[in-house]
Parts: sequence; C-alpha cells; structure tokens
Amino acid sequence: MEVPRPLAAPLAVVPIPLVEGAVKLMFSSLLKRHPALFERLGEHKSKRYAFRPNDLPLVFLVEPALPAISVMRKPADAAADAAVEGPLFLLLALLEGRCDADALFFSRALTVIGDMEAMLALRNALDGCEIDLPRDLGGAAGPFAPLVSRTAAAIRRRALAGETVAWN
Amino acid sequence: MELICPAGTPTAFREAVDAGADAVYCGFRDETNARNFPGLNFSREELGDAISYARRKGTQTFIALNTFMRAGHESLWYEAAADAVRLGADALILADFGLMAHVAEAYPEQRLHVSVQASASNPDAVSFLVDAFGARRVVLPRTLTISDIARLARQIRCEIEVFVFGGLCVMAEGRCSLSSYATGKSPNMNGVCSPASHVRYRQDGGDLVSELGSYTINRFPRDEAAGYPTLCKGRFDIADASGYAFEDPVSLDVMDQIDALREAGVSALKIEGRQRGKAYVAEVVSTLRKALDARPEHRQALLARLRLLSEGQRTTSGAYEKRWR
Amino acid sequence: MNAGSPTLSLGPILYLWEGDKWRDFYYRIADEAPVHHVIIGETVCSKRLHFTEPHLSAVVERLELAGKHVVLSTLALVTLERESQYTRALVADSTHPIEANDLSALALLEGRPHSIGPLVNVYNAATARLLARRGASNICLPPELPASSIAEIVSGTQGVTFEVLAFGRMPLAISARCAHARAKGHIKDNCQFVCVEDPDGLPLKTLDRQSFLALNGVQTVSFTCQALLTELRDLVASGVSRFRLSPQDCDMVAVAGLYDAILHGRMEAEDGIARLRQIYPAAPLSNGFHHGQEGAAWVARARNIGHRATE
Repeated sequence: MEVPRPLAAPLAVVPIPLVEGAVKLMFSSLLKRHPALFERLGEHKSKRYAFRPNDLPLVFLVEPALPAISVMRKPADAAADAAVEGPLFLLLALLEGRCDADALFFSRALTVIGDMEAMLALRNALDGCEIDLPRDLGGAAGPFAPLVSRTAAAIRRRALAGETVAWN
Repeated sequence: MELICPAGTPTAFREAVDAGADAVYCGFRDETNARNFPGLNFSREELGDAISYARRKGTQTFIALNTFMRAGHESLWYEAAADAVRLGADALILADFGLMAHVAEAYPEQRLHVSVQASASNPDAVSFLVDAFGARRVVLPRTLTISDIARLARQIRCEIEVFVFGGLCVMAEGRCSLSSYATGKSPNMNGVCSPASHVRYRQDGGDLVSELGSYTINRFPRDEAAGYPTLCKGRFDIADASGYAFEDPVSLDVMDQIDALREAGVSALKIEGRQRGKAYVAEVVSTLRKALDARPEHRQALLARLRLLSEGQRTTSGAYEKRWR
Repeated sequence: MNAGSPTLSLGPILYLWEGDKWRDFYYRIADEAPVHHVIIGETVCSKRLHFTEPHLSAVVERLELAGKHVVLSTLALVTLERESQYTRALVADSTHPIEANDLSALALLEGRPHSIGPLVNVYNAATARLLARRGASNICLPPELPASSIAEIVSGTQGVTFEVLAFGRMPLAISARCAHARAKGHIKDNCQFVCVEDPDGLPLKTLDRQSFLALNGVQTVSFTCQALLTELRDLVASGVSRFRLSPQDCDMVAVAGLYDAILHGRMEAEDGIARLRQIYPAAPLSNGFHHGQEGAAWVARARNIGHRATE
C-alpha cells in the first residue's frame, strides 16, 4: 500500500514548520505514553535515525538522546547513523511493532542504510512497547490524522502477512 | 505436553502468557543470554514484573543463562543466577558446566534445565548432567530424529524438551564458531550469531548482496526476497556449483508430529524466537496452544493458519526426519 | 602444573584418509616427528571407522615403540545407538588414555585419568576445575578462546596440564547433516564416503570467490590455518605446556620440526612463519581468535595490525 496521492500531495507544499509542529506533537505524545521506549536502545540511544518514506516528499530524523524529531523536505537529507527507507505504511507498521522486523528489514520492502545494529535495536525497542497509533496519538496527529488512521487500519489488515524471513 | 514460548520483551512476554503458554523463557539484557541482541531482553525489574504477571496467570518462567562464562568475568553469570533465583524463576536454563556446578551447589532447590547449547545428544551425556548437576530437564539438540528421541527417553531420568517451531540451527548448537570465525562474536561467548553489527547490504547492479564481516553470504537477484545473512544459511560456491551449502533459508515446523513426539516421551514443546516480534509470538503461541489441545483430526486446519503466517517461507522437519541428514 | 619444558602433540586426523595413507602417515610420524603425544582415532564421523580399524593396532604399536604417548580420541557427535556403543566400548576396553570430545565420553571417563579434547566447551576455570575433579589430567582448550581467557583458565586451575591448538585448520562446527556429501549429490545415509576425495577438506568459497571454509564430512573447518608461532613464548609463560598440531595434508614431520625448533629457541618465530607458508601453502595462516578478533584474521606481531586472510 502506498500513500494515496490526494493525501500525499499537499505535503509537498505545506510549509515545513507546520508539518514539523504536528510531527513534534505526535512524537511527544508518543513518548509521554511510552517513557521507557528509548531506554531499551542502550548504547544505541546516542545515534541518529532517519526515516525516509518513499511515498512522501519528507525525511524524519529522530534523535533519542535529546529526545527530538525533525522534518526535512527531500531532497535535503539528514546526517543519520542509520536510515530506513520504504512506504510510509511499513514505517508506521514498524513503529507499532505489528509486523515482524525480520520480515520487514530483510525483505526488500524496506531498505536499511548504515548502522544495522542500531536500527535493529530501535525496532526491538519499538516492538517492546505497546504502541497503538490511533489510541496513542489521539488528537495529536493534526493534519496527519487521516493518514494515520488509514495506515493503522491497513496495518491491522496486513499485520501478519509479511512474515517471510526467519532470523536464525 | 507443555508449551514453552519465547519472549524478547515484556510485551511479548505478556502476549505469550495471554496466548496460553505453559511456560515462557527469556533472559537478561546482557551476554549471559544466547539471544543477546540489541534492544531485546529484560532488566531485573522487568523480569520481576513479568514473573509476577505469569504467576497470576498460572504460567511458569524459565530464565536462560545459556552462554558460556567468560574466563575472569564469571561474576556476571553468578550474579545473574542469583538474581534469577531471587526473582523466582521456575527454572534456569544453563549450558556451561561451571555455571551448572555453581547453581547446583549454591541453590540446590532451584530447578535446573539443560540448554540446547550444552549439546547433550545421547543417554550417557544426559546421565552425566543429571548425576553431576541434578538436571531435571534437557532441551535436546536439533540433531535427533523422533526415533532417536524415543530411544533416548527410555534410557534417561529427566524430562525432555524439544524445539518444534521457528528458527533452525543446522549445526549442533553450542558447538559452532562459524560466526566468530567471520566476525569475532559467537553464540557461546557473546550470545550472538551473525551479529547485526557486522551485517552490510550492498547493491551490485540489480542484485542485493548481503555481507557478514568481510564475507559475502548471499546475493539476491532483483525479484527475490532478501534474507538476513545468517552464516549457515548462506549461498556459497563449492567447486563449480553455487548453492545453499548447509541449509536453505527454511524454518522448523514439526507440529504435525505432536502425537509421535508425545509417544516418544517428550514432556515439553519449545518455540524458538525470542528475537521475533510480539505479533509473531502472540500468533504462533495461540495457534500452537489450540493445536495442542485439539483432537488430531482438527489439528491440520489450525496449523494451516501458521503456514499463512509463514507465507513465502518454507518449513522443514529438519533432523527429526532421517532424510534431512 | 607441568614443570618440564613444553612439548608438542599431534591431534587426530580430522579428515578421511585412505587406510594405507593413514598408516604410512603415522609410521613416518613415529620415526621422524618430535611430538610427545599422538592422539589417534576417528573423531568426526562414525561411518568412517572401518577405513582405519585394520591398521590401528599396528600404528599404535609403531608409535609406542618410538616412545610416543598414544591417546585415543572419541567421537565429537554421539547420536546413534551404535555411536554410543562405540564410545562405551572404547572407554571400557582401552588400555590407552582417552581424549573426550563429547559429553558421553566425559560421563564414562569419570574417576579415571583422561584428556579433554578441544571440542568440549571449556570457557572458564570453573569448568576446567570441575573436569579436573572428575579425572581430567590434560585439557586442550577450544580454538575460539582468546589469550586472555587461556591465561585465566590456566592460572585458575591446579593439577591439569593445558594444551592449545598451534597448527591446523580450526574445527568450527559439526552437524547431523553432511554438507560434504550433499555438495557431491549424496545424503549422509548413502554418502559413498565421498569425503575421502578431499584429504585436506573441500574448500567452500563465497559467491565472490573468496576462500572461506572447508567441509570435512559433517564437520566444517576454517579455510585458514591456525598458526600460533610468535605467540608460543607468551603461552608458555602463562602456563600452557602442550601445543597441538592438527594434521593437514602436508609434510607434518616438517611442521613438527619447525614448531619444535621455535619452541626450543633454535628458530625465530618470524622465520618460522615464512617457512610454514612454504610447507603448507594451501591455506593462509590465521591467529585471530587468539587475539580476540575474528578467527580468520592474521595479526602480525609488533605492528599489531590485523588483516583478513584472503586468497
């Protein structure tokens, strides 16, 4: 599933500060609900993680040590230790821990660049939380609300269909 | 037969308990644990909470301290054992003789299980572990056929636990240094195999190449699903032929042999996958629970659900069938 | 601990060699190689036993006449009833010391002096002491151990001599499945003993044609050859008293002579490295495990720079 055009297109023109404001709100509401999230990262807490949805014109940079999130418009990019690229739907599925990362990372739907161990730590930390996007974000999703609820529904439909590759 | 289920995080632990596990196995967030992967495992506090949760639901907790103690740093393992006992572990799963001797002496009441990593594959080996350390259960290596297991069960004085579903080691567990040969990090010493810190994916034309350390482990043409570069499931060249030299990237599934395993004398069925997500744990545990409780004629339909979950993934009965060898 | 000067031992031949080749190899070892202990007998695959059995007693006799201490090796992986029976019979009937390579041999040998082979997991002194209490008198440590662990184990264990693999491809894994037979289109139960075609192992390369491992029946060994030479002095200082040479398909008498010369100060280790590469050119040398790195690495002394062994 790709982000439908009518939903993605406005993001190309919405000013970055506006998008960033909404994203920061979502981020802090998520952390409020899951305060221990980044503690699981251990030594990888100090690393920077970039998320590049390939169906949105944006890049998200997460810095767990601060903690902070920032947004950039492509083609601008963030200096990150680890980056993951793929459809927004899968990136959000990863956030919710509803898809098995073994399957996600190592199928070619997602591409991980850079520090594989850091990204694995993040995905395990996310999986260790019970993130439920519609519940956790509530009103915080702002302009992303339709995107979030649409993808959350799709995730639930497809949650377990992506199990393809075993770790070991 | 008991169903023994994996948990890499407190969330997965609760999922496993709720899905009907008889026991959940897990470990501390350090190198005492053979699934010492980044972002996984339990702090002391988390494990204490998990054990309380399990108790309330009538589920047991097994704590895996199943790496080999690093010389000069044994206190890390001894402290982990002390904490596991204090937190109320129903069993400790151990691989190292030195640690088994310590636990048997310091906590004689503590139930001791022999990890698959100890590689006890025959009656004399199991008798040694029962006599020397009072082992109450042995997790058998994935090198035995069901008839081997049946023969073994008749000759030993402890319970048998076997892996039935999930990842499959091709090599005898606890006796493999392939990972450290390529990366310096091993299951026995560091609790990791083919560690993510040494994994790299590289694009080469249309191919995706996976590397471990400085070695190419696999190469995937454009339309083929890529795999994680676990060393023994890589593609290699031998003479003029390329292929999976040790094992294809398949996973183990012998749930269709439940009755044969029960007849062979198996006490507990173990699901691999402490590194898998909570969604996986919930689905696999609940399905296998239902299958275990169902009448044989209803079992196949239930198990078919799991194949859906393993869509695109092939399964094997591995060494449980003689032809695999 | 062993107060005498360090000695060399010859490990069991891990590969399947034709009976005649096997016999003649040991005759020459008996006559020419400066090794004190010779560990002998099938260690990898029970199906191979009949190849060497006809020659075993003659070989043992020849080795003993030459003053070698003969030790019998047990199987590394004991799964089948017949393998259990073989191990039991070996322990019950042998008049020679035995080296245990799996837990069943450990169990059967309790209370009588025996050796522990490198395929038993001894990672710490607590384990070594436990084995010593049960009767182990010599322990050959696993090749995966770094020097720091070796020093800790040796200093923390009394009444046992310690041995370290100084030469040979390293045993890395063993399986119920035979990758060697599979590579040649067979399965283990009908393997037709194809591993006899590769007396030094069947090389396995990466898809990028980089040499990586070698198959030896159900066992996987390193492509590189462990070579502890410059490390010998420090190992002796830390209390290791025996150094194992694991037979490869090369002039093992020359290998033994070289290690003997270095161990006793008649040759510089650096010269030995160059010479060893001539004696056994088939495999690049490695010592990475010893230095706490990946096992395939070669760490040159002084410069202390590791580079990966490639071919």
